[in-house]
Amino acid sequence: MTLAHDLVPASDTVAHTEETPVRKFSLNFGPQHPAAHGVLRLILELDGELVERVDPHIGLLHRGTEKLIEARPYTQNTPYFDRLDYVAPMNQEHAFVIAIERMIGLEVPIRGQLIRVLYCEIGRILNHLLNITTQAMDVGALTPICWGFEEREKLMVFYERASGARMHANYFRPGGVRQDLPDALVDDIERWCGTFPKLLDDIETLITGNRIFKQRNVDIGVVSKDEALAWGFTGVMLRGAGVAWDLRRNQPYECYDELEFDIPLGLNSDCYDRYLCRMEEMRQSVRIMRQCIERLRKTPGLVLSDDHKVSPPRRGEMKRSMEALIHHFKLYSEGFHVPAGEVYAAVEAPKGEFGVYLVADGTNKPYRCKIRAPSFAHLSAMDWMNRGHMLADVSAVLGSLDIVFGEIDR
Amino acid sequence: MTWRMSDEALETLGQTVVAGSAGLIDGFSVAFGELTVTARVGVIVEVLTYLRDDPALRFHQLIDICGVDYPQRPQRFDVVYHLLSMVKNHRIRVKIQTDEDTPVASVVGVHPGAEWFERETFDMFGVFFSGHPDLRRLLTDYGFHGYPLRKDFPMSGYVEVRYDDELKRVVYEPVKAVEFRNWDFLSPWEGADYALPGDEKAETAK
Repeated sequence: MTLAHDLVPASDTVAHTEETPVRKFSLNFGPQHPAAHGVLRLILELDGELVERVDPHIGLLHRGTEKLIEARPYTQNTPYFDRLDYVAPMNQEHAFVIAIERMIGLEVPIRGQLIRVLYCEIGRILNHLLNITTQAMDVGALTPICWGFEEREKLMVFYERASGARMHANYFRPGGVRQDLPDALVDDIERWCGTFPKLLDDIETLITGNRIFKQRNVDIGVVSKDEALAWGFTGVMLRGAGVAWDLRRNQPYECYDELEFDIPLGLNSDCYDRYLCRMEEMRQSVRIMRQCIERLRKTPGLVLSDDHKVSPPRRGEMKRSMEALIHHFKLYSEGFHVPAGEVYAAVEAPKGEFGVYLVADGTNKPYRCKIRAPSFAHLSAMDWMNRGHMLADVSAVLGSLDIVFGEIDR
Repeated sequence: MTWRMSDEALETLGQTVVAGSAGLIDGFSVAFGELTVTARVGVIVEVLTYLRDDPALRFHQLIDICGVDYPQRPQRFDVVYHLLSMVKNHRIRVKIQTDEDTPVASVVGVHPGAEWFERETFDMFGVFFSGHPDLRRLLTDYGFHGYPLRKDFPMSGYVEVRYDDELKRVVYEPVKAVEFRNWDFLSPWEGADYALPGDEKAETAK
């Protein structure tokens, strides 16, 4: 910038050095920006390079999911949940089917529970791999994302072999999962569990001790315990601040209370601690997956509830039995009815507490379905978290918040 | 499932909540293993402050705020608050009722995280929150009209956008698409009362 005083003679500049004029900026960040993690538009008010105010404009990916859900029978709504946090699809489905199961009073067979837990942990690794590597990319490291995405690709193949779709799986059903896993798939997941910790070690050698990564993340975006609680933080954002709270442990669902795993906590509640928490959570996820695989081999049986008011007949049956065909038709046109009432079901999704508040009126469609997305609450804290930080820290804080716009905008 | 409280324990908790509230909370109900309390619209800030600060309750975390629309009621909206107590490991739901004109007092002063949840509820239902620092629309388009999650808002909305190659900009036009197909699959599959001729005699004989 060229200001008038730059042009005054040298003898006069001495008097002016005390009051260097700082211009205030209003900067538009996004909605198309590689560090915006999707379609986030931030209006930044800057004082020089210091951030004074952040105003996130969201909703660019708003698809009206909650409105659409009100118009469809329950089973047709599961696919919408894949498309919320599309980084870890099955964890979202999980909350929705748990809500339905609680209202109908469905029991899930143990094998179905184990498969669900196995795939939820795969989802957690999918999410953390994306988050850690993109966070590293936001501060300048390009190699981790290439390594991380290679592993994500392998995990998505596991998704595909179970459900037929790499990402939008639609695999969970009220009462269990769509179909059983082939033995070969279980073996392959186990083999992957053996090789993956090596890759985590490799990524750690790239990032954890890296001087630039630490300079950009240590003591950045500090959230105290009280602040984290007041702003409704959950998941890693809360554990990074040292609050021992994990729904898998504190309010266990499925068979999480029968599995062994540790919950890593942060000490300094900055971006770097949150990164460390996510790294350790991936190792714990592998541990959970190993236990699930071991138990899956020992527990044959149903993967879907045998309550035929809800679960459809198998395809083989339909080819031979007229009644099964009629039954299938009724379940896939009218669907099942859910008793009137309301329920709030929450799961520990990779980003935090993902909840579904379901209001049923006794028909085959939800009356209202509110989706409580963890990153929505986290992004709302963007403003005060960034105040007083430098402009370059905005992308580091944003990266450590772990946001995905599918679930924020819904 | 040890954390999940039995219905009796929830009843006890509900009675404690109502008894300690000094008349702020009207009543409670227990359903599907969850506790719901109802309050009047005017006292929501006091209710949440009480639930947060009472040493026996400590519902210090606001998980969610959302609206539910019942157009046939005079007080058509429910505003639902979900709270969590990490200390006691309990959850509670607080419900209040309001209409299009009555504002709900904002709870930003009690739970700062409520800011965006209230903005979203305002955006989607048109529920007003008095005392909110920045009550703008959140999720819908700039210059959007209407409240999409109300039951009387059509599924496909009122306007659609496209890029006009002649004007070289995005234009808004009334929706031309066919109405959203809302199949009615409801049928008397179960619970139907088929009156076969002659059966009424059997009924009267009993």
